[in-house]
Amino acid sequence: MLSYSIKRLLMLVPVLLGMTIIVFSIIHAIPGNPAQTILGTKATPEAIHHLNASLGLDKPLYVQYFTYLKDVLTGNLGTSIQDNNAIASEIWPHLAATIELSFAAMLIAVIIGVNAGIISAWKKNSVVDYIAMIVALIGVSMPIFWLGLLEQWIFSVKLNWLPSIGQTDITSTVAPITNLYLVDTLLEGQFGQFWMVVRHLIMPAVALATIPMAIIARMTRSSMLEVLGSDYIRTAKAKGQRMGWIVYKYALKNAFIPILTVIGLQTGLMLGGAILTETIFGWPGIGLYVYNAIQARDYPVIQSGILIIAFMFIMVNFIVDLLYGLIDPRIKYR
Amino acid sequence: MSELLLDVANLKKYYPIKQGVFNKTKETVRAVDGVSFKVNKGETLGIVGESGCGKSTTGRMIMRLIEPTDGKVIFEGQDILNLSKHEMRKVRKDIQMIFQDPFASLNPRQTVGQIIEEPMIVHKMGDRKKRQARVQELLELVGLSAYHAKRYPHQFSGGQRQRIGIARALAVEPKLIIADEPVSALDVSVQSQVLNLLQDLQKKLNLTYIFIAHDLSVVRHISNRVGVMYLGKMVELADSETLYREPKHPYTQALLSAVPIPDPENKTKRIILSGDVPSPAHPPSGCPFHDRCPVAKAICSEEIPHLRELADGRLVSCHLVD
Amino acid sequence: MSESLQDSAKLSPEKERSLFVQGLIDFWKQFRKNKPAIVGFLIVLFFILIAIFAKQIAPQGINDQNIAIRLQPPSAKHLLGTDDFGRDILSRIVFGAQLSLRVGFFAVIGSIIVGTFFGVIAGYFGKLIDTVISRFFDILLAFPSILLSIAIVTILGPSLNNALVAIAIVNVPVFGRLVRSRVLTVKEEEYIMAARSIGMGNTRIIMKHILPNSFAPIIVQGTLNIATAILDAAGLGFLGMGAQPPQPEWGTMLSESRQYITNAPWTVIFPGLAIILVVIGFNLMGDGLRDALDPRMKN
Repeated sequence: MLSYSIKRLLMLVPVLLGMTIIVFSIIHAIPGNPAQTILGTKATPEAIHHLNASLGLDKPLYVQYFTYLKDVLTGNLGTSIQDNNAIASEIWPHLAATIELSFAAMLIAVIIGVNAGIISAWKKNSVVDYIAMIVALIGVSMPIFWLGLLEQWIFSVKLNWLPSIGQTDITSTVAPITNLYLVDTLLEGQFGQFWMVVRHLIMPAVALATIPMAIIARMTRSSMLEVLGSDYIRTAKAKGQRMGWIVYKYALKNAFIPILTVIGLQTGLMLGGAILTETIFGWPGIGLYVYNAIQARDYPVIQSGILIIAFMFIMVNFIVDLLYGLIDPRIKYR
Repeated sequence: MSELLLDVANLKKYYPIKQGVFNKTKETVRAVDGVSFKVNKGETLGIVGESGCGKSTTGRMIMRLIEPTDGKVIFEGQDILNLSKHEMRKVRKDIQMIFQDPFASLNPRQTVGQIIEEPMIVHKMGDRKKRQARVQELLELVGLSAYHAKRYPHQFSGGQRQRIGIARALAVEPKLIIADEPVSALDVSVQSQVLNLLQDLQKKLNLTYIFIAHDLSVVRHISNRVGVMYLGKMVELADSETLYREPKHPYTQALLSAVPIPDPENKTKRIILSGDVPSPAHPPSGCPFHDRCPVAKAICSEEIPHLRELADGRLVSCHLVD
Repeated sequence: MSESLQDSAKLSPEKERSLFVQGLIDFWKQFRKNKPAIVGFLIVLFFILIAIFAKQIAPQGINDQNIAIRLQPPSAKHLLGTDDFGRDILSRIVFGAQLSLRVGFFAVIGSIIVGTFFGVIAGYFGKLIDTVISRFFDILLAFPSILLSIAIVTILGPSLNNALVAIAIVNVPVFGRLVRSRVLTVKEEEYIMAARSIGMGNTRIIMKHILPNSFAPIIVQGTLNIATAILDAAGLGFLGMGAQPPQPEWGTMLSESRQYITNAPWTVIFPGLAIILVVIGFNLMGDGLRDALDPRMKN
């Protein structure tokens, strides 16, 4: 197990390096003169020269890459072209907002998805099963930005139940401590504000949860069906144990590995989906940060935003890989 | 003495076992450890041993399907281990192989005709018309019918599939055929049919066989000479008549005693070997067979015996035989 | 030769049928039993026909503007209403089918070709080249797919074709890994050993023996990936990184009309429904193909 963990950790190195190369090349692979592209056609030659110098674009490529790598490793994520702020100093609130949103979405996806899958498998070929699977099919086929727009239209505009945009009200009195607003409101004892934050969170979280929820439901159903047909479940049934007990106690435990895999993979989908969801709901996460940067051609921010998201994805998968070993002792590591 | 076709000298195949974070070689598996033998034109050499003794690996190394770690394979006077890829392809025309599993060795998506024709395409023999005529001829030769060419492998029985495999091997008119347990996957009733076919073909086409098997009874009638392998080494090699009449090596004796003899008068005692075949990663010291040998002496666990020629021309590797 | 006699009774020469035809028939029998798959197939067929005959079907041109009738609700004249330029939404959705299907098909075909190439090389030759290619796949897969598409479009510049290229690149490792694992399995088959033993070269072994035996999972995955490719293209269009207005790409249409959702919800609802429907079609068809083609799923 330890040897495997170390091996897995070492395998991260080339992936992380490759990731930095790809992110690095976002600026450098732009055809023509990157500085010109970034500043637009009306830029003065001095401005282009200045930008070239500040981004180090006038040096040889490999020098630029190693400078970039050194910067990233020392926590220097560059400077935003829009407002000249150090990206490293302003990225955390965005990151926190995305973590809060993704976490909420994953929670919804897992709770509903796993339970729907179990019930579907348990009541195979019943009406419940059919409905759940049709809903799941629509779920995986849904453009989440469209779902988000409909949510806003129905629940904010028509019914006026939930706020349509942002992470808090304008009148919010939450003072950021961790920047995870749910945590902050609780730390500050502002329970009314906590509810306000939850209300903002519901719609984007549901939109973001849809696809993973559907995939988790389908996956849970098929792995549960496999387990439910196995001999030891039949034995348990024969011994007269209650079916509900059997399903949740025995079967779920064994169906957990494939489910865990899906959850690991879905995190990527979710972090990607965050860009669309955050754009629609004005959620000030890292997705919106990148989206705004794209609109403003703020390449350093685009680079760093993508770098951070990819890094998070890699780390989540790394942790999921290690969890396999803890959950299933049968898994052998090469 | 007839003409020498193949001379295998000190052939070795070692597999490193890699472990840990840095893939350090922890130990080596000596799958084949210094095997030597000669094959003359027109004869059949049987190679017999339990599974895992390295007999199939030896066969595959002769064709360089597995690259040997060390040794020489001299075919018609040239060491084929030194040949370039390109030169090797020419030699492959002269050496063909028949495989053990008649279900796995035929591509399920090709017709029988395509399967048999393919070696001729690869070696650029004849035009399409000639090749297809040859396919028909080969099918008849191995006891199938010309119209079978359009069928797919799954439409045939195991024995018929093995005939297809034989036809494929014959397509390029090889000089040497390595038959790697060609009948062990077949029903006993079909085994003798395929063995008879192989013998008929040998007479008709003047073929040379290396016939690999895990059981002595199968090779008895087809082989001129038989080599017995144990744990990557050749332990005895002799004319089949000599070997079957009077096996010298205790391992050969044990194997032979396991062959059922349909004669109630025969009271030969069965020698039951104790224990399992040791792992080739940890071969016993001295004679590799000593820990299972019913007659082992002290010297057997200390010194490695070498293959020696006895007065009657046979080769044996045992301290206790003279 | 008793066995060959038995055989000729079982299979007379007149009853010849090639494996390919037989395979198609078997496949169709399997597939036909799967009702959802048939529904998916019909949906896909429906959209393909719409795309081919868009000019004949669409009541109006793609960009026939008429400000006088902007944002009109669905009516007999405009079945799905009009958008803020007074364009007929039904017509735009019909023409949009061409764009979405084009992106879906060509992106996936592109990733299949490139992915198969690298997957075969990695799986067949192994060793260092396998490590390099596999690591490269790992790196590409380390990015959430839409994020990597965005990064690539950022480099290439926003357009529908660049979105197509980006989606194709992002999906390369999906097929690369699939093909690699298939090759690893097939490579161990004895008939590959047999092919090498008759002196066959690598290229011929790969083209004649390995690829044909790796085809089914590629088809299944390809069909499912058309669905995600269409979704991703729409997402990129919605973010302004795919098709550009006034192209009637469904995601781009959504992004153009999202501000009118309050007073003209049909401008948003119908393009979204079109996306869902076509994606459901490909998903159902892909699931059905898997059940019919993938032996592991067969009972």
